[in-house]
Amino acid sequence: MFQRRYLATMLRTVICQKKLVLGSCGVPKDRICNYIFWTKRNTLSKMAFRGVLRMGVRKLQVRNFADAAPKGDEMALTFAAGNKVFYDKQVVRQIDVPSFSGAFGILPKHVPTLAVLRPGVVTVVENDGKQSKIFVSSGTVTVNDDSSVQVLAEEAHPLENIDRSAAQEALSKAQSELSSASNEKAKAEAAIAVEVAEEIVKAASG
Amino acid sequence: MLGRVAPGVCGQAVAVVNHQQNRNMATLKAISIRLKSVKNIQKITQSMKMVSAAKYTRAERELKAARPYGEGAVQFYERAEVAAPEDDKKELYIAMTSDRGLCGAVHTGVSKVIRNRLSEPGAENIKVICVGDKSRGILQRLYGKHIISVANEIGRLPPTFQDAAKLAAAVLTSGYEFASGKIIYNKFKSVVSYAQSDLPLYSQKAVESAPKLAIYDSLDADVIQSYMEFSLASMLFYAMKEGACSEQSSRMTAMDNASKNAGEMIDKLTLTFNRTRQAVITRELIEIISGAAALD
Repeated sequence: MFQRRYLATMLRTVICQKKLVLGSCGVPKDRICNYIFWTKRNTLSKMAFRGVLRMGVRKLQVRNFADAAPKGDEMALTFAAGNKVFYDKQVVRQIDVPSFSGAFGILPKHVPTLAVLRPGVVTVVENDGKQSKIFVSSGTVTVNDDSSVQVLAEEAHPLENIDRSAAQEALSKAQSELSSASNEKAKAEAAIAVEVAEEIVKAASG
Repeated sequence: MLGRVAPGVCGQAVAVVNHQQNRNMATLKAISIRLKSVKNIQKITQSMKMVSAAKYTRAERELKAARPYGEGAVQFYERAEVAAPEDDKKELYIAMTSDRGLCGAVHTGVSKVIRNRLSEPGAENIKVICVGDKSRGILQRLYGKHIISVANEIGRLPPTFQDAAKLAAAVLTSGYEFASGKIIYNKFKSVVSYAQSDLPLYSQKAVESAPKLAIYDSLDADVIQSYMEFSLASMLFYAMKEGACSEQSSRMTAMDNASKNAGEMIDKLTLTFNRTRQAVITRELIEIISGAAALD
C-alpha cells in the first residue's frame, strides 16, 4: 500500500488517515453516508512536501510571457501549478520532464502520452533558445495528439528562487521525522518529504 | 332618530381623536426606532460589500492563474474522447457551493441544476456530494437519500490545492463506484454575471475504454490511476476557484443592492418622521390656541 510513488501515495495516505479518523470516532468505514468534516489548514494531513518546497523558496519573481498561437507542427505548452501559471498555450521548442517512468524530453510531434511527474526539475527550452528550469513537487504531464502539452504541477517554483540552505534544513528536518515516525502512515509521509527535499537539494546544488 | 344617531357619531369622533393622538405619539417613537435599525443595517451591508470587494479582487486574481490549470486538466478527457459507459448508469454529482449565504442566487443556481436532474427519470442511480453547507441545506430535505457526503468549512478562506486534494481523497474513498459524473459549479464571467457550468468525471474503466486512448503511448493501470487521481484534484481545485470568485462577486452585487434599498427606506422613513413630527407640533399649537380662545 505504501509505495514510494508520489501521488498515489499522497492520496492513499490521506485515505488511510480518513479511515483512521472515521474509525476512531466509531463510524463504520463502509457506511456510505459518512459526513466528512474538516477544518481548513488543519494538521490532519500534513502534506510535508508542500511545506518543504515553500521553505525552500525565499523570494518570488513575476514573469510574463507573451501569448503565441500554435500552428502546424508546433508544440503548445500549458505549464501551470496551483500557485502560478508559467506558460499558457505558448509555443516552445523542447520540454524535459521527470516522471515515474523515467525522465523524458518532449519535442513537437511527440507520441501522445500520459505520465505522472516526480519531484524534480522541468526544463523548458523556448523558441529563442532560452532555457528555464522550474522545480515541481508533483503533478501530471499530458501530450495530446495535436501536439499540445499540459504540465500540471501541484506546486512549482523557478529554480533560481530556491534557497539551498533552506532546502538543506528541510531535508534534515524531514530525515529526523522519518526516523522518528511511529506508524506506517507517518513513515510514508516522511519518506515523501525526504524524497522531495533530496530532489530540491540536488536541484539547488546542481 | 337624530337623537339616537348623534351620540354614536360623537362617540366615534372622540375615539378617532384619541386613537390618532396615541398613534401619533407612538409612531414618532416607532419610526425613529425603525429608522435607526435600518441605518444600522445599511452600515452592515455597506461594510460587507467592502469586505467582499476586497475578497473578490483576490479571488479574481487567483482565478486567472487557475484557469489554464483547469482547462489543461479537462483537455485530456476531450482529446481522448472519453465517454460515459452505456451499461453502467451510476453517476456522481458534486455540488460546488460554500457555507456562506447572502450572495444572491449562487448556491441556489448550483442546487437547482442538481435538483432538476434528480427529478428526472433515472435519478435512483445518482449520488450527490455537497461541498458547502448551503447546497446541503437546499437538497437534504427532498433528496437527502442521494447525498453521500458533505464537506463544510468552505468559503471562509480562499480555496487551496490542499482543500481540493482532501476533497478528492474523500470522493475516492466514498465507497461509491461511479461510472461518470459531473462537478457542478458557477463559472465566473464578469463582475455582474456567472453561469452554472460542469466539469466531467469518469471512472477508470470509462477512461480505459475510450476510443482514442490507444493512441496514447506507454500507459499502464498505475499511471492512469495516479493521473486520474491528480486530475480529479486539479478539476476540483479549479471549480472551487471559479465558485469562490462568482460567490464574492455576487455577494458584492447583492450587498450593493441591499445598501441601496436601505438608503431608499431611510429616505422614506425620514420623510414620514418629519411629517409626523410637524403634525404633532401643529396639533399641540391648535390645542393651546383653541384652549386660549375658549377662555376669552
